[in-house]
Amino acid sequence: MKLQTVSIFVDDQQRALDFYTSALGFEVAADVPLGEHRWLTIVDPDRPDGTQISLEPKAHPAVPPFVDALVADGIPYCVLGVEDAQAEYERLLALGITFTMPPTDVGPVIVAVFDDTCGNLIQLAQNTM
Amino acid sequence: MVDVYRAISDETRRLLLDVLLQRDEQTLFELCSTLSMRHGLTLTRQAVTQHLDVLEQAGLVRSERRGRYRVHTIDTTPLAQIAERWPQRGSRP
Repeated sequence: MKLQTVSIFVDDQQRALDFYTSALGFEVAADVPLGEHRWLTIVDPDRPDGTQISLEPKAHPAVPPFVDALVADGIPYCVLGVEDAQAEYERLLALGITFTMPPTDVGPVIVAVFDDTCGNLIQLAQNTM
Repeated sequence: MVDVYRAISDETRRLLLDVLLQRDEQTLFELCSTLSMRHGLTLTRQAVTQHLDVLEQAGLVRSERRGRYRVHTIDTTPLAQIAERWPQRGSRP
């Protein structure tokens, strides 16, 4: 068994796709029309067989209050691993991305948190051990 | 209303002020991360929220919305009343 797909809830699938591909460098793994929405997943191009992220619409009424409460407290929805948190921070800042937490050395890891522009906070993590 | 004396009577709340003084405008997540990873304090988020509430009632911390998220800012002005109540000897007429 392997972890195949995890979901994040986004305000708008197309906007999320643009952000996750052009700003973060993911590639489309699946894009299947599904009525009003799409089954839309992305994957790390360096690991095409790796875990996919499904960009899920916030269709269920329980989702917005749940996601909004996490964002209000600055809690990231998921973690993306990077080689150099400081370099990614500067690159994303230059693209106009907002960070709620700049790169911070918290011991075994340097973490930063940014706004993905479609309703979530995402954590960057650089392992330092 | 909580007075400043009670607010700063607790080690965790003093630490929260230290952490905010190093860098202002932090989310609850960031404050919790710093307390646990840098200072080895494994408090629940609810406990940290309660400490922040006490600091806020004393006017030492404000919580402000920045779009979709909330940040905490420090205001040390209320601490001045301590020095006004017990000024250093000889320093005032």
